[in-house]
Amino acid sequence: MESLLTWLENQLADNSIFTLQTLSHYADGLTTTVQLVFLSLIIGLIAAVPLAIGRGSRHAWIKWPIFAYTYVFRGTPLLIQLYLIYYGVVFVDGIQESWLWVILEDPFIPALIAFTLNTAAYTTEIFRGAIKSTSKGEIEAARAYGMSPGLTMRRIIIPSAFRRALPAYGNEVIFMLHASAIASVVTIMDLTGAARFVYARYYAPFEAFLFVAAIYLCLTFAILYFFRHLEKKLLAHLQPQTG
Amino acid sequence: MIDLHGYGPRLLEGAGVTLQLALLSLLLAVVLGLITAVAKMSRSWIAHRTATLYTTVIRGVPDLVLMMLLFFGGQIGVNMITDWLYYQFDIDIFININEFVAGVVTIGLIFGAYMGETFRGAFMAVDNGQIEAGKAYGMSSSLVFRRIRFPQMMRHALPGLSNNWMVLLKTTALVSVIGLADMVRVASEASKATREPFLFMMVVALIYLLIASVSEWLFARLQKRYSIGYGEED
Amino acid sequence: MKKVLTLSLLGLAIAATSAQAQDYEEVRIGVDVPYEPMEYRTADGELTGFDIDLGNALCDEIGVSCEWVVQGWDGIIPGLMARKYDAIMSSMTINDDRREQVLFSDPYITPPSAWFAPGGTELEEISEESLTDMTIGVQRGTLQDNYVTDMYGDVADINRYATADDMVLDMESERLDILFLDFPVGKSTLLDSEEGDYTVVGEMLTEPKEYFGDGFGIAFRQRDEALAEQFNEALETLREDGTYDEIYARYFEAK
Repeated sequence: MESLLTWLENQLADNSIFTLQTLSHYADGLTTTVQLVFLSLIIGLIAAVPLAIGRGSRHAWIKWPIFAYTYVFRGTPLLIQLYLIYYGVVFVDGIQESWLWVILEDPFIPALIAFTLNTAAYTTEIFRGAIKSTSKGEIEAARAYGMSPGLTMRRIIIPSAFRRALPAYGNEVIFMLHASAIASVVTIMDLTGAARFVYARYYAPFEAFLFVAAIYLCLTFAILYFFRHLEKKLLAHLQPQTG
Repeated sequence: MIDLHGYGPRLLEGAGVTLQLALLSLLLAVVLGLITAVAKMSRSWIAHRTATLYTTVIRGVPDLVLMMLLFFGGQIGVNMITDWLYYQFDIDIFININEFVAGVVTIGLIFGAYMGETFRGAFMAVDNGQIEAGKAYGMSSSLVFRRIRFPQMMRHALPGLSNNWMVLLKTTALVSVIGLADMVRVASEASKATREPFLFMMVVALIYLLIASVSEWLFARLQKRYSIGYGEED
Repeated sequence: MKKVLTLSLLGLAIAATSAQAQDYEEVRIGVDVPYEPMEYRTADGELTGFDIDLGNALCDEIGVSCEWVVQGWDGIIPGLMARKYDAIMSSMTINDDRREQVLFSDPYITPPSAWFAPGGTELEEISEESLTDMTIGVQRGTLQDNYVTDMYGDVADINRYATADDMVLDMESERLDILFLDFPVGKSTLLDSEEGDYTVVGEMLTEPKEYFGDGFGIAFRQRDEALAEQFNEALETLREDGTYDEIYARYFEAK
């Protein structure tokens, strides 16, 4: 480790912009971006399953509020949702005195809430589309076996919907990664935040932003590769049989 | 009536900026998208590769990063050229990459890549028999493109076009970050000055929803028009 | 002989500018708002503040008309190079880093930087120890940002903001423990504000010069020496005839 650092330091000796300090900004930024995106996706995914089922419910009082939620969060820019939550919570009376403030004080949490609500709305609609397109035959077969509607949902509809939703969900993951760049607007030092810092300090737009663009590109490819792999595994039964 | 603390007119102006930005970007995106689609289907190796590189890179980098690169870096690049002109030929021109231009170009570039995919899929969905029929009638290939491939392609492209437009509309909000006085920027300045973020952000959210609903209706009508001659199931 | 081209295409404004100062009939000045009381907007969008009033008075004195161009801070020097405007008058501190890029007028005001904290703060002095684990607010790309990053970047959290307004709002909401900015701005937006109770902690800073420079100057492109000279002469006149003091009193004396 020690020798690696000295090596790196020597490599950077003639470089006034990419010093160890700025590189550590980028490294911290990478960690923050990955944490923020990963956490919001996981929580959003968990929330989206019941919401997607509820969205197809026969009861208006379940169906319509969920529809309104997804409509509003998908119909407005994430930036506005972030501003609303980041600046809005401050004006809730007495919030600074409550225990909640300990959590909301840090810009990370308001951003996480905004991102989670946003991705949950999109994921809900993706799942709903997948659930809706379940073939009638599968459901009828389950019924014929004497499965209850709940069991049919758990054993038949959800697993097959998950698979069908996979390609669209992969796009959503990439979308979230890119959307997370706006976290820098509320002082979070994510990847884009690090780039803005380096740019403002050295007036070096090409170095600062091209470098960060390359990191995002690598992350995007990693996600693409992961989902391709997953699709191949989970959707193998839909591929034409060979041999 | 809601009290906008005197920010009403500026907010309306901002909404105008947002709409202009969105429409101009859409125009650029459609043009770039068509070029990309044609390039991707072309037999030329270079055209094909260039188009693929363009769509891959653009779709791999966040909009905000591209926008900042273009806004902050693009100006320096352009200046190198104009400075050179000045010192070499005493021609003093100044090309201003302002927030609006940076916004239109970035959003246009990004959505051009997505539109390219939409158009390519739509072109491929046009029945080959129709094109052959056109040729059999003695139409030139440009006439076949204009009269047969393009209008039929539009029918298949409309749903994707509509989707892209909805996403594009929301992407315009990012331009407020580099300083363009669109409605998001005005709302954020207003909410800080008056300490009423809920009020102003809600108003802007409603305007976005309104534009989105109107466009949805418009696209539904267009879809109907382009589907004339096809059954309801289309 | 200068060739003049005027074209307009998709908002690409191509405007002719000239190299000689004598040729300026209109001087475009770049400014970043809001930075109360130096430069800010009223609710109907009009620009006002110490820099604006002084700048207009200087232009009157020289006999040119001034147009103010609003530009975000992190792009303000590139904007000057890019000839989006001909000068910057936006609370810009003169220092060596910037001297490499732009030409400065004589300083027109020399405000110190100061630490501001909520009235009930437990901070009594500023040191590495007392700032440990505190959240410090600064405006991105300012000399305060550079100073705090280098001095306390290892022990404290630093939140960087695009505008001073964002920073003050986060101070009011108690997201920040302390912030570091130009004293007149902090005085106007925090000390004189009706909301909340704030105080200055520790000493005001004008040293070391490598960070804090030599006061605020008007920035020009290096090749516009004659224009800078005209502004220097005008500034001298305004200081002598009392106009400067009058504008100063408008923004910095007790309300």
